[in-house]
Amino acid sequence: MSKKQDKTEVETTGHSWDGIEEYNNPLPRWWLWTFYLCIVWAIGYSIAYPAWPLIKGATTGLLGYSTRAEVAKDIQTFDEMNAGINAELAAANVADILPNTPLGDYATNMGAAVFRSNCSQCHGSGAAGAKGYPNLLDNDWLWGGTVDEIAYSIQHGIRNETDDARYSEMPRFGADEILEPEQIDQVVEFVLQLSGSEFDSALAIEGAVVFEENCAACHADDGTGDRDFGAPNLADAIWLYGGDRETIHESVSEARFGVMPAWGQRLTQAEVNAAAIYVHTRGGGE
Amino acid sequence: MGLLDKHKFIETNATILLVGSLLVVSIGGIVEIAPLFYLENTIEDVEGMRPYSPLELTGRDIYVREGCYVCHSQMIRPMRDEVERYGHYSLAAESQYDHPFQWGSKRTGPDLARVGGRYSDEWHVDHLTDPQSVVPESVMPKYGFLTDTMIEPEYIDDLLKAHKMVGVPYTDEMIEAARDDFLAQADPDSDYDALLERYPNAQVRNFDGEAGISEMDALIAYMQMLGTLVDFSTFTPDASR
Repeated sequence: MSKKQDKTEVETTGHSWDGIEEYNNPLPRWWLWTFYLCIVWAIGYSIAYPAWPLIKGATTGLLGYSTRAEVAKDIQTFDEMNAGINAELAAANVADILPNTPLGDYATNMGAAVFRSNCSQCHGSGAAGAKGYPNLLDNDWLWGGTVDEIAYSIQHGIRNETDDARYSEMPRFGADEILEPEQIDQVVEFVLQLSGSEFDSALAIEGAVVFEENCAACHADDGTGDRDFGAPNLADAIWLYGGDRETIHESVSEARFGVMPAWGQRLTQAEVNAAAIYVHTRGGGE
Repeated sequence: MGLLDKHKFIETNATILLVGSLLVVSIGGIVEIAPLFYLENTIEDVEGMRPYSPLELTGRDIYVREGCYVCHSQMIRPMRDEVERYGHYSLAAESQYDHPFQWGSKRTGPDLARVGGRYSDEWHVDHLTDPQSVVPESVMPKYGFLTDTMIEPEYIDDLLKAHKMVGVPYTDEMIEAARDDFLAQADPDSDYDALLERYPNAQVRNFDGEAGISEMDALIAYMQMLGTLVDFSTFTPDASR
């Protein structure tokens, strides 16, 4: 480090343009040496790590580093650490996994993580669902609320294109003209009566006949539904799409066709089981 | 110090200075960019990649037009947390027909490289129409107008031709049939065998559940395809890369 110099003592470069001269102030030494050091470091780095493009490929570097190998190693480390318990979880009969056991706790925590990344977009981060996407916290289940049945729903999904998916299809009573418009009005009143909402009794009496002839096969005579067809219970106050007159009318007329992907194609068996156990512990499990 | 003595000459001749600067900058470009075009291992051979079908390509244009890339990347990085959340890390081959590519580092929303098949079509409609109806904590804007904007495959063959010009291997047959393929993919009652032959694994559905082909149909067709083409059961990544 040189002492602070008076400006007039600094030599000029000798360049002169229009009478303006340029001082020849050298770069600070520390800066210059850091710069040289960086160059040396870069040469070393490019030898140690993949860097220089050649004719067929790039140099691989002396250390043999690769991002892909790194992530594979990373995943393998965790897979190995959890291999035992994951194998146990995958092989277990989900109904036999009890809460407050080491395996049960592990499954619930893992299931929570699986749920947040994969299920929460439709069923909500708190599992309370949304219009058209079932609430998983209540006691109302379309296809069954035991842990086995939940695991099946997750594994194979609902109304997707895989062979084992749970499947049913409600007819579009209005759009396909299966029922007359007045019959739909009648049956809507009857469904309102079933669920304990306000209804028009004159129409509902007619609607009971329409219901028995067209709806009871899946939704049962008393409207309590049938889980074999994923047919919802219409006699309670829980609605997937809405229980007001207008929405029920739309449901009867256009039908609903909620789809859930077959998560068994994306998740491991252990993850499916974990998610089933997590959902089952949310409060509504049977 | 021959060249250094020419210092004044270079600095006092704007044209020479410009040419010199250009030379220096080009070296950087040549070293970093040019090898990607000739190195064989830049893009691996993978089973299943194909150019986008006309409807998907239209959906992709809508995706770009609406600026989805501003908040969503399409590049799963090779890191454990990303692989756990989104699926297998992205391969260069998966964006080889992208013009422009949709990589990025801005993720206000999640990465979409493998969003295909993750959600139902109905969810996509609900979510694009009113994101907060299904994800209350979302900050995504509403795109319901896509359902109301009907589209015709009027310039679809020009679009394919443009992509062919920049290197996407669309055949003359594909360009000729673009209009038919566009219409067939959104209509499950159509005769779509030829479409599937040209674009294997294309999904044929009425994506938005409404009559006619809207921008919503195209966008969902594109999104339901994202990340689903490569058959990872037949692919072993070259770990040395």
